[in-house]
Amino acid sequence: MDNYAYIALFAVIGVAFSIFVMLLSWAIRPHRPSKVKLEPYECGEIPFGNAWRQFKVGYYIFALVFVIFDVEAIFIFPWAKELLNFKAKGLGVFAFAEMMIFIAILVVGLIYAWRKGVLKWD
Amino acid sequence: MPTITLQQFMFGAIALVILGSAILVATLRNIFHCLLFLALSFLGVAGVYLLLSADFLAAVQVLVYIGAITVLMMFALMMTHRVMTTDISQSLTQWWLAPLPIALGIFAVLFRVYVRHGGQALVDTKHHAVPTTGIIGQALLTRYMLPFELASILLLVAMVGAIILAKEDKSDDPA
Repeated sequence: MDNYAYIALFAVIGVAFSIFVMLLSWAIRPHRPSKVKLEPYECGEIPFGNAWRQFKVGYYIFALVFVIFDVEAIFIFPWAKELLNFKAKGLGVFAFAEMMIFIAILVVGLIYAWRKGVLKWD
Repeated sequence: MPTITLQQFMFGAIALVILGSAILVATLRNIFHCLLFLALSFLGVAGVYLLLSADFLAAVQVLVYIGAITVLMMFALMMTHRVMTTDISQSLTQWWLAPLPIALGIFAVLFRVYVRHGGQALVDTKHHAVPTTGIIGQALLTRYMLPFELASILLLVAMVGAIILAKEDKSDDPA
């Protein structure tokens, strides 16, 4: 609980500081807007159209596959934390093999996605 | 109780964030703003997990619910034609029929727990809680080995299913 108090303190200071900086710059800056200044900055590209437009459907399937691998990563964290403990008890190979089976099953899914052309960007 | 502890204060603050953003999710007209408040609500739930000393679960909540599921919904929104700039209002007049029994059911369960345990804390959060990640890892690799591997198959099925549903069937060209 004490450690989380530090995190909470950190979050509060972080939010307060960003609000403070924005208010400060708002208070001391000159305000002379022009058309060029108000344009969104896109790394030198000249923006076109509305940002709130319909996006490419291809993003969605990437997000779907990402959710799966995100959950896979969740399982890897506690395993990684305990792997050395298992090794100390002489069960290192066992623990390692378990995770390799887990990942191998999911690699089947990745290969399936690849073969189906999900990973291709066209 | 004359004074409230830091924990009770934190719980109150987090509960306010969750309930406030959940109400905004249900009432705001711009569906994109609803989604942003849904993420805030998820973050609040992660805070509740932390208060219950479930640190790993809190991390999972942030990684999966905010990092993946909200982003997935955001993508779905961005793909939907003109939905982001349109104000959508609730047209169903009996909308409360769905949440009301759910809310009453949850309340009944919680009330029963409260009556049975006489307001006593069910989870010991006073003492220093141990980090749970290692314990979960230990359990996954020994006692829950089979469910752990089955989870992998479940994820595989989910992925294949998602690809079949989301990918329009063109001529599949092996890469």
